[in-house]
Amino acid sequence: MIPERPGTHSDSELVTQQASVLSRRNFVKLATSTAFVFGFYVPLRNTSDAADRSSYTPNAFIRIDREGDVTLIIPQVEMGQGVYTSLSMLLAEELDADWSRVRVEHAPADEKRYVNPAFGIQATGGSTSVRAFWKPLRQAGASTRACFVEAAARRWGVPTEECRTENSTVIHDRTARKSTYGALVGQASAIEPPKDPPLKDVSAFRLIGRPIKRLDTPQKANGKAKFGIDVLPPGVKFATLAACPVLGGKVAHVDDHRATAIPGVRQIVVLDDLVAVVGDHMWAAKSGLEALDITWDEGPNAEVSSELIWSRLREAGLREGVIAKEVGDVERALGSSSAPASDVISATFEIPLLAHATMEPLNCTVHLTPTFAEVWIGTQVMERVRAAVAKAAELPEAQVTVHNNLIGGGFGRRLEHDMAYSAARIARHVDGPVKVVWTREEDIRHDVYRPAYHDRLWARLEGDRIVGWRHRVSGSSVIARWLPPAFKKGVDPDGIDSAADMPYDIPNLRVEFNREEPPGVITGFWRGVGPNNNVFAIESLIDELAHKAGRDPIDFRRAHLTKTPRLQAALDLVREKSGWGSALPARCGRGVSVQTSFASFIATVVECEVDMSGEVKLRRVTTAVDTGIAVNPDTIIAQLQGGHIFGLTAALYGEITLKKGRVQQSNFHDYRMLRIDQIPPIDIHLIKSDAPPGGIGEPGTTAAIPALRNAIYAATGVALRRMPIDRKVLAGSK
Amino acid sequence: MVTLIVNGERREVEVPSDMPLLWVLRDVLGLTGTKFGCGIAQCGACTVHLDGKPVRSCLLPVGTIGSRAITTIEVIGATPNGAKVQKAWLDREVIQCGYCQSGQIMSATALLDAIPNPDDADIDAAMAGNICRCGTYVRIREAIKQAAAAEVQAS
Repeated sequence: MIPERPGTHSDSELVTQQASVLSRRNFVKLATSTAFVFGFYVPLRNTSDAADRSSYTPNAFIRIDREGDVTLIIPQVEMGQGVYTSLSMLLAEELDADWSRVRVEHAPADEKRYVNPAFGIQATGGSTSVRAFWKPLRQAGASTRACFVEAAARRWGVPTEECRTENSTVIHDRTARKSTYGALVGQASAIEPPKDPPLKDVSAFRLIGRPIKRLDTPQKANGKAKFGIDVLPPGVKFATLAACPVLGGKVAHVDDHRATAIPGVRQIVVLDDLVAVVGDHMWAAKSGLEALDITWDEGPNAEVSSELIWSRLREAGLREGVIAKEVGDVERALGSSSAPASDVISATFEIPLLAHATMEPLNCTVHLTPTFAEVWIGTQVMERVRAAVAKAAELPEAQVTVHNNLIGGGFGRRLEHDMAYSAARIARHVDGPVKVVWTREEDIRHDVYRPAYHDRLWARLEGDRIVGWRHRVSGSSVIARWLPPAFKKGVDPDGIDSAADMPYDIPNLRVEFNREEPPGVITGFWRGVGPNNNVFAIESLIDELAHKAGRDPIDFRRAHLTKTPRLQAALDLVREKSGWGSALPARCGRGVSVQTSFASFIATVVECEVDMSGEVKLRRVTTAVDTGIAVNPDTIIAQLQGGHIFGLTAALYGEITLKKGRVQQSNFHDYRMLRIDQIPPIDIHLIKSDAPPGGIGEPGTTAAIPALRNAIYAATGVALRRMPIDRKVLAGSK
Repeated sequence: MVTLIVNGERREVEVPSDMPLLWVLRDVLGLTGTKFGCGIAQCGACTVHLDGKPVRSCLLPVGTIGSRAITTIEVIGATPNGAKVQKAWLDREVIQCGYCQSGQIMSATALLDAIPNPDDADIDAAMAGNICRCGTYVRIREAIKQAAAAEVQAS
C-alpha cells in the first residue's frame, strides 16, 4: 500500500487551484522570454472534464451529445495496431452510429471501468484487444442503441419492435418518422440500459468486415499527432538520464563540474541508481550527461556475461521440468529424456535476449507538487503508471492524473512502468514539469529484454507419423514478475503458449517448463511473447522430421493436422499462393511454418536466397490467415506484413549480449533493423470466417522466424538451431 | 543568437551554435512533428529539408545552416509533392504507430522532387536511411509509386 501524506486530502482542491494558477504564471513568464516559445501544446481532453449535462453517457465507452457527435472512449491504447479504429467499429456497429460523426478519446487510468478482461488489469498487449473486447463493446453499443429505440418508441407511441436504426437515427417506417440520437439524448438518459441486449448477426454487419480508414493516421501524416515525447506543458524542462550500466548497481560518485558549465544545463539530479541532467532543452541535458564523470558501484552483476547466462540455461535444460501438459505415455513412446530410445530424434533450439527498440525512445513527463502529480506518457499500462508515480511521489493515486498519448511503438516495452517511476523520482527534485527522455543508447541498454530460451525436444517417427513428442522449455518467466497470480505451480502460461496447445496430432506428448532467470537483466514481453520461442522450436523440428520421413514439409504437416481443419485450409491456400514446389535457382529455398497462436490460424511461406558469404536475401513472403471475423481487414493485412518484418529482423540481426554486466549494443548501428531495400514482396491472404476474431498483432512475428529458418534449410541443407542466423555456418554450404 | 528560416519564417533562437537543428525545432520552436529516434543519423526519424534536400537534423548544428530554408513535416503538405505523398500515405494506409512517418514522408517527398518517377532501386536508395520498426516498408514503396503517378492536386 502507498502511504498517504497526512492532511493532503482535506485541502487538496484549494492547493490544486493555487498550483494551476502558479503554473499559468510560470508559463506566461517563460512564453514571453526569448529562449522559449511553446507552441502546439494541445492537452488531451480528459474524459471526466469533457462530460457535461448536455451529453448522454450510458456506459464507460460511449458519450453522445445533443448535436449527435458520438465520442467513443477506447479502453485499449493505440500503438499502431489500429485499435482506435477497430474497437470503435465494434461500438459503432451495434450502436448503429453515424461513422462520420464518431470521434475517439483515450480512456483515463481507471482499472475498474477499463480493465482488459484478458488480464484483469488495464493493459494493452498479448494480441487481446479485439478478442477481449469483442463482446463487451458490442454489448455496450447494442445496449445504448436499445435506449434510443425505447426513447423514440415512447415519444411516438409505437412498439419498439417496429423501429429500426441507422446512421445515429431511429426510424419508424410505417409512420415515416425519424429522430436522430442527438435529439433523443434527454429521453434516452432516463432509460435504464438493458444488461444483455441482443447482438447483430454477422450478416447484418455494416462496419465490421469492411476496410475502414483508420481514425488515427491523418494527424500522423502531417506532424500534428502528439506522442508522449511531444508534450510541452507550460514551463517544462528537459532531462535525460544515465542508470548504472550494470543492473542493480549504484552511483558511487559524480563529478559534475564540467556538466554544470554547459549553457542550458540547469540541474544535476543524483539518485542512488541513476543520474539525470535537467536543462533548457534536450541538447543541454544530453551534453551535460556526456560531460558528467560518474563512478558506479557496479554491485553483484558486474561479472555477468552472455556466456554465464547461456551456461545456466543449458544446465537448466538438463533438469526435468514441471510438466505442463501430458498426453498418452511419453516415457513408453520415447524412453526417458536421459536415456531415450535409439531412434528418437532430439534437437536443441535457442533464441536470444532481444531489445524492443521502439522508434519513440522511452520518455515520461511529470509535474509534481506536494499535493498532485500530472503525468504525460504513451503507455500500455495506464493504471500501473499511475501507481508507480504515486509511489515515487508519495501521493495517493487519486491525486495522480495520467494523460495517455499516442505510442511510437510498444511491442511490449510499454507494458512496463519503469520509465514513469524514474521520471517521477527525478521530478521530485525539479521545480515544475520535467520531460525525461532516454537516449537511444539508454533505451537499448536498459530495456526489459525478451527472454533467451533454451529448448530441448525429442520426437520419434513410425513411418511418416510422429508417435511421441517431448518439449522442454527452459527460460525466464515474465509472467511470474508481471502478473504473479497467473504463474501457478512452476508453469508460466506464456512460456508454454503454442507448445502445450501445439496443433499437431501426436498420441504421446509432454511439455515441460523449467524456470531459469538470467542474472543481470530483467525480462519482459516482446512482440510474439512465448510463442516466438515455441513456434520456432516446434516448426524447426517438424521440418527436420519431414525431411527424415522423406515427405514434403507441407504434406507432412497437413497429415498431422487432421483435427485442425482451419489450419489445413490455411496451408492449402499458402501452398497455392506461394508457388510452393515450383523450381528455384541454386541456393534458394522455401520454408513453411504453421501456428494457431493467439487464436489465429496462420500458414506462412518464406522464400530466400543464401549467398556464398552466408548472407540471406529475402525473396518473397506469402501468408494465409484465418483469424475469424476480420473486423478491419486492411489493418489485419498491415499487422501481418509488419509482424513478419519484425520477426525477420530478429532472425537476421537480433541479439543482445552482455559483457562485464553491461549490454554491449547501443544504437541502430550495432542493433540492426531491416531496411526497405531488404524487404521482399509480402502477400497476405485472408480466409473468410464467421468464427469470433483471433489476435493479430503478434502472430506475424512468430510465423516469420521459423519459415525463414526452414527456407534456409531448404536452400542450404543447414538446419539452424539458434537465432539469429549464423552467417559463418551458412557461408559456402551446399 | 542564431537566425534560421523555418517553414518560410525568420526565427531567432538563443541557443548554442553547435546545437543540432532537431532539438531547436522540437524543444525551442515547439515543432514536434520532427522526431528523435537515434541521435546518430541512423534512423531518419529526424529528416527535414534544407533548401529542398533531405537532411538528418539530429546531427546538423544550427550554426552551419545560415540562410538555407528549413522545411519540416508541419508544412510539407503545402508543396505539390508533399501533398501527393501525404495523400498516398493515407490512401494506402501506410501508417501504423506513425512515429517514423514524418521522416519517411520528408524523404519520399525529396525523392519525388529529385526523381519524378522513381523505380524500385531509386526508392531503395532514397528510403534505406529511414527505419520503420512497425514494418510499413511494403506500403511505403506502393505509396511512393502511387504518389509519383498522381496528378498534382488542384488545391
